[in-house]
Amino acid sequence: MMRLPPFQYLAPVSVGDAVKLMADHGPEAMLVAGGTDLYPNMKRRQFEPTVLVGLRGVRDLAGVREPGGGVLAIGAGTTLTAVSRHPEVRARYAALATAAGAVSTPQLRNMGTLGGNVCVDTRCNYYNQSYQWRKAVDFCMKKDGEICLVAPGSPRCWAVSSSDTAPALWSLSASVRLAGPAGERTIPLSALYQDDGIQYLTKQPGEIVTEIVLPPADGARSVYLKLRRRGSFDFPVLGVAATLYMDGETVRQARIVLGAVASLPREAVEAARLLIGERLTPELIDRAADAAYRPAKPLDNTDLTHPYRKKMVRVYVARALRRLAGLPEAAEA
Amino acid sequence: MKKDHFAIIGQSLPKIDAWAKVVGETKFADDLAMSRMAHGKLLRSPHPHALIKRIDTTRARALPGVYAVITGHDLPRVKFGILPVSQDEEALCVEKVRMVGDAVAAVAAVDEETAERATELIEVEYEPLRPLMSIEDSLGHPEVRIHEYGDRPNVHKAVSLQFGNLEAAFAASDLVREDVFFYEGNTHLPMEQHSAVAQWGADGKLTLWSSTQTPHYVHRLLSRILDLPQAHIRVVAAPVGGGFGGKLDPFAHEIAACKLSQLTGRPVKITLTREEVFYVHRGRHPVLMWIKTGFTKDGAITGMHFRSWLDGGAYGSYGVASTFYTGALQTVTYKIPVYKFEGARVFTNKPPCGPKRGHGTPQPRFAMECQIDKAAEQLGLDPADMRRQNLAEPFVKTANHLTVTTIGLGECIDRVVEASGWGEKRGSLPPGKGIGIACSSYITGAGTAIYWNDMPHSGVVVRADRSGLVAVLCGATDIGQGSDSILAYLVAEVLGIEPKDIRVHPADTDLTPVDLGSYSSRVTLMAGNATIQAAERLREKIFTAVARKLEVPAERLTVGERRVFVQDDPEQGVSFPEAVVLAESMFGVLAFPGSYAPPKRAGKYKGGGVGPSPCYSYSACVVEVDVDRETGEVKPTEVWIAHDVGRALNPLLVEGQVEGSIYMGLGEALMEEQVFRKGVHKFPSMLEYKSPTTLETPEIHTILVETDDPEGPFGAKEAGQGPLLPVIPAVANAVYDAVGVRIDETPITPEKVTKAMENKRKGKSARLGPERLPVFSFPEAKIVESAFGQPAENIAVRPFASAPHPQAPHPQAPHPTLSPEGRG
Amino acid sequence: MPTLLTLKINGEERDVLAPTHKTLLEVLREELNLTGTKHGCELGECGTCTILVDGLPVLSCLALPVECQGREIKTVEGMAQGGRLHPLQQAFAELGAAQCGYCTPGILLTAEALLEDIATPTRDEIKLALAGNLCRCTGYTKILDAVELAALRMKGART
Repeated sequence: MMRLPPFQYLAPVSVGDAVKLMADHGPEAMLVAGGTDLYPNMKRRQFEPTVLVGLRGVRDLAGVREPGGGVLAIGAGTTLTAVSRHPEVRARYAALATAAGAVSTPQLRNMGTLGGNVCVDTRCNYYNQSYQWRKAVDFCMKKDGEICLVAPGSPRCWAVSSSDTAPALWSLSASVRLAGPAGERTIPLSALYQDDGIQYLTKQPGEIVTEIVLPPADGARSVYLKLRRRGSFDFPVLGVAATLYMDGETVRQARIVLGAVASLPREAVEAARLLIGERLTPELIDRAADAAYRPAKPLDNTDLTHPYRKKMVRVYVARALRRLAGLPEAAEA
Repeated sequence: MKKDHFAIIGQSLPKIDAWAKVVGETKFADDLAMSRMAHGKLLRSPHPHALIKRIDTTRARALPGVYAVITGHDLPRVKFGILPVSQDEEALCVEKVRMVGDAVAAVAAVDEETAERATELIEVEYEPLRPLMSIEDSLGHPEVRIHEYGDRPNVHKAVSLQFGNLEAAFAASDLVREDVFFYEGNTHLPMEQHSAVAQWGADGKLTLWSSTQTPHYVHRLLSRILDLPQAHIRVVAAPVGGGFGGKLDPFAHEIAACKLSQLTGRPVKITLTREEVFYVHRGRHPVLMWIKTGFTKDGAITGMHFRSWLDGGAYGSYGVASTFYTGALQTVTYKIPVYKFEGARVFTNKPPCGPKRGHGTPQPRFAMECQIDKAAEQLGLDPADMRRQNLAEPFVKTANHLTVTTIGLGECIDRVVEASGWGEKRGSLPPGKGIGIACSSYITGAGTAIYWNDMPHSGVVVRADRSGLVAVLCGATDIGQGSDSILAYLVAEVLGIEPKDIRVHPADTDLTPVDLGSYSSRVTLMAGNATIQAAERLREKIFTAVARKLEVPAERLTVGERRVFVQDDPEQGVSFPEAVVLAESMFGVLAFPGSYAPPKRAGKYKGGGVGPSPCYSYSACVVEVDVDRETGEVKPTEVWIAHDVGRALNPLLVEGQVEGSIYMGLGEALMEEQVFRKGVHKFPSMLEYKSPTTLETPEIHTILVETDDPEGPFGAKEAGQGPLLPVIPAVANAVYDAVGVRIDETPITPEKVTKAMENKRKGKSARLGPERLPVFSFPEAKIVESAFGQPAENIAVRPFASAPHPQAPHPQAPHPTLSPEGRG
Repeated sequence: MPTLLTLKINGEERDVLAPTHKTLLEVLREELNLTGTKHGCELGECGTCTILVDGLPVLSCLALPVECQGREIKTVEGMAQGGRLHPLQQAFAELGAAQCGYCTPGILLTAEALLEDIATPTRDEIKLALAGNLCRCTGYTKILDAVELAALRMKGART
């Protein structure tokens, strides 16, 4: 049986206490909410914290608030099941409801939290392996090794951002609230990430994501499409989130964000720019899909081949936009 | 025998162990806990190919909580293997490792964590050797030897068989096609990880509880490996949490647990991790195939030449049998008057392949059924009609001297064609949707044991006593297929009682007569026939005793509804427990043996031992798919399968076997693959080895066809493996119907489909598949006369009068090969 | 280091002294001898170890007992009440939904939670609910049939 290494488990009841515990224990400590990402990684010895600060008992972190002005604030400890089923999320932020409901399995969504999925560790099929397996290939730089096995000449780690909810939230222009030793701050969710497989988050290790704040939906339409081999269990090998704000038939504002093509969610800025001020015709959609496709650079470190995943960027972006435009999903091949 | 004469047979009853399984009562091997039990762990090689220069266990031994550490030096230096011709394994490697995952040391400790920590403290110095990771690699580097034995350097086995004049057959053909196919390797992935508990008693006797499909073979081999008399070893097969062929070999963890138990004086449990299960493997061989077939213009096959190259992995396992199986059953499905087979199994530094559901036959079935589809198109024939045209004949021999009894394939084809709406759908579904058909046949039990002997393949004791209890003792192993239940139904039918009145005690080498194991779809037929014989012997004694009490001739008695009574005067009779009391009073202890050995029909040529079976099941399958023309994703939407099971002893269980086979076949067709990179398994996990979920599994329509085979218990044939075979080519053929591309290799992934469609759009070949064959000269085939069409010999005279019948209370014509004692 | 915890399992309060880092799966099987809960990967990738916590299916291989204090834990051993099988257990046995039976406990509990949530689910709803439980034997067909049968019987029993 795969077993966890020993650790001390601390269970604060408030965010303040949790922040303090993290500060007290320094790099030895890690945060855990649902545990669905961290515990498998610990069993594979990718992380060996001696202290875990469990957030499950922190009441402030769970639940959905409506602070007014059409804003929706989701506690980071809210389970993915709760997010995917929440009537306001479903009605106003369809991409998020879909993305949360597309994570792994029903069981896992009952445990895993929104905050956890937003911070989910980057993945790579040279890295998400047991200690013995990684030893057999001499380890990689993300843990215990020197080089990146996907791109051995590269100075950086190319592990893949594998969150479903992050691209959806990014496309919805969400913000995250962080609590740390220096107090609270709110940053755009897009600022939470950086393109490095190891340091993929910009937040300090002791900072806690406390809340995800969604701006007023303002009539936006959003969608999330996920490429994976099976309808369950699998992480995305491509995620496409798209949010459009319309003036009648014309696109006022657009945000398209790709998941699982880099070490962070990748915004397809050029593709979105093409749409603004235009009507969503099939031709325009194809051009936007093409613009999203070109910069996408998946590497050979997930399921399915990377040329295929790149090719699917075009197909999935087009599908996402067609769905938002109310056009038939598949173009005639 | 008409179906309605049966009381139990033919009814959809729950399995006798279903209740224990739904409440969590069933104790699988890892559920066993004993006082003072130690926990074991193996240290495995991180190198695919290396010499072991030094192993130092000092630090591991010094770790508190460690009871014992062993290496190969602590075991007798005996190489073993499941087949007598391939004795090439060591439980703990001493000089050399041949794959990542080879075990080199083992630890017993107070708990699993400590044992694992101790393995990390064992120092092993390796000298890496060049790893050979593919057939081409291994053939191209004969100077690097994985093993010192084999037909050629790195060639485990190379075989050639020819039956009849092939050149003449091809010359007389209107169409001769040559095609090349590749079938990727995949693994069983049972939900239960292998587990074993060993207890070396103070009396010097050893007991092993293990999740094994073959306790008898493990028993035999443990004796050799541990240098202990077989009589001092007891192997008990725990209920197996899924096998599919993955628990058929003796494994390092079983052997290590035994030795560690001896050294520590404690019971020792070793349970594999999921990753280790991928390394022990013994799953589907990756096979490259070349197939050349001649056809007449109306679609009849004139002759076939088939070549296969098997990537065997690091050890022999069942590989020689697997090799022959890639060539053995082509002739059983369709009429093939002339046939040539050449096969080679090559060693590579990967986990050994072996038998997975359908052992060696899904690969050639894929090649052959896809080729027939292509030929049908060229000849302008409906693929279903073309298959009908080629149906093999019942009760004759095949070109390669296999004796076939009943064949329900024609009815199977008719039934799936009708149920699926084949006629209306083929070629006329909307773009992206398609329908495909394929057929298959499979053995109902291997006709020869894996080691040469004249003893029964299956033995049963049925005993009854004054309590009214009937117990069935049989070495067979229930791996979820329901074999224990089948034995109970058969006894209940013969004795006129209910399955609930019967206790089945399986798979305990101390208590149960030998059964060779749960492989080759043999248990229902072999243990079933032996069970009926034993139960009928008991019934005969009961009739004699009751006849005396009732003062009627025994011939007038029958059984039913837990009574023994006069058939034409049902009021006159006794309850079953009373009848047992009468019989026990008259005869003493009531314990009766039954034995079964299959008819000896092996062809008189080298390799003729693989392929013979008492009888063969047949299946026809239609799959409808929806192919996404942009993403290439193939979604099977509906499956129709008709399976000739001879007789469905319990239709519910047969359906379950068929549905499970379809499921596994769809996984192999579309997503499952066991592949390697940098010498290691690319993704030894449940997450990345893609096993279909509820969402990938379509609606399955199962049609059971009954042919009442003379060889089977009450006419039954196998159901657990054969239905997998046609699924893969049916999917491939449906993909062609849907989008016009031929994917001649498995799995049919979305990227392959999109690539082939792209090529087609560009005017290039619409086929995606292997382009090259290895440079390899097969040994010269000794040409044997084709036995095609010769009448079958040595067919069972229905061995058992079967259901209670006053005229025939016991076997009238003993089966010629039924029991050794009957053969003199 | 070992911690003393009180867990409520199948309606009973159980005191457990176990190291904090032992998962609920390990504690159930190894400390409490509730071996009805099985394991297939211990990484949350197969669904075999599913149990119910406060009525929701969760993976016991990724749950810590310390996180489950004060919550209702239910394992397969708690499904039958007073010797009477749960309708799902009855239907699974009758319809051959358990072949090797190894994935069965996890599937039964997942299905129980589904039927609490949706009394008469459609076949697609059942498939979605069970999409996190791998089975290698059955092809799921008889499992889906059995859930439907149990739902029907439970509905019949209520009306």
